[in-house]
Amino acid sequence: MASAKVVPVRTYVLTFIALLVLLGLTTGLAYLHMGVANTVLALAIAVIKMLLVVLFFMHAFYDKGLTRVAMVLGLLWLTILIVLSSADVFTRNWTPVPHDWGPDISLQQKTK
Amino acid sequence: MSESAVTQAGRPVLEQHFADLPAQEEARKLGMWIFLITEILFFGGLFATYTIYRELYLPGFIQGSHLLEVKWGAINTAVLIVSSLTMALAIRSAQVGKRKSAIIGLLGITAILGVVFLCIKFILEWRTDYLHHLVPGINFDYAGPHASHVQLFFLFYFFMTGLHALHVMIGIGVVLALSYLTWRGRFSPHYYSPLEVTGLYWHFVDIVWIFLFPLLYLIGGR
Repeated sequence: MASAKVVPVRTYVLTFIALLVLLGLTTGLAYLHMGVANTVLALAIAVIKMLLVVLFFMHAFYDKGLTRVAMVLGLLWLTILIVLSSADVFTRNWTPVPHDWGPDISLQQKTK
Repeated sequence: MSESAVTQAGRPVLEQHFADLPAQEEARKLGMWIFLITEILFFGGLFATYTIYRELYLPGFIQGSHLLEVKWGAINTAVLIVSSLTMALAIRSAQVGKRKSAIIGLLGITAILGVVFLCIKFILEWRTDYLHHLVPGINFDYAGPHASHVQLFFLFYFFMTGLHALHVMIGIGVVLALSYLTWRGRFSPHYYSPLEVTGLYWHFVDIVWIFLFPLLYLIGGR
């Protein structure tokens, strides 16, 4: 392990300050009413914070190829999980369902 | 970590199935990352379900979110960010061979911040929610519109923050165990992978909260 890079304290402190600034930003933005943009911005800031933690606190910035592949794969499986699950539910009312096909399977129409 | 992996002097021994010591260290980190992938998917199931129900019942979720105190969520995020910094500095101290007391001190602060997080979560938040009759299955009683959807939001809230709190508790336990091992002189600049991989776990738990905070406390603005 003596071969592992020693990250300067300065890098850790700067990452820490950036994380606190982004926390303030995301909290502040929540009090402005921007509709969907609220969610998009909050998630974008969360992703930036995640990248800062992964790159510097978790040393991904200094890691070798195989470990990085593992990290990217984790995100890939998560994306598949969320996108494919959502793709089913959110597209059910894109096309009309003939009424003689049985019970209404369109979740979104029911809730309106 | 088996006893055979370390000699008395805190130097790592090369296991026979690795080409060299860096490869051995890399394998430990990779193993931790593989575990963290299973954790991402463990939480991911909840995040996926949350996404779907939030989209279906958005008005109820916004109302539920507005019943939470942003201030505690934000303060807890800051607490975890500070604890991640102290964890990273503790590992660095071991890496550059600082005094044992410096490493133990930083690990101690990390554990204490974990406890502070849990105190805010359980005593200042969950207890208040309980007193306001917001706990599904125990005393949920909400008179406003979309009551059943608000209840669903609180189910997600308690389950996701509860699972996260469980991870913080496990993290505190491991950090305290590592403080003991540091005091026993088990680590050196040549061998500190238990600290390194525990750091990965601690930062991962921090990241989960970084997403839980906007998703639970900040729905639809405030």
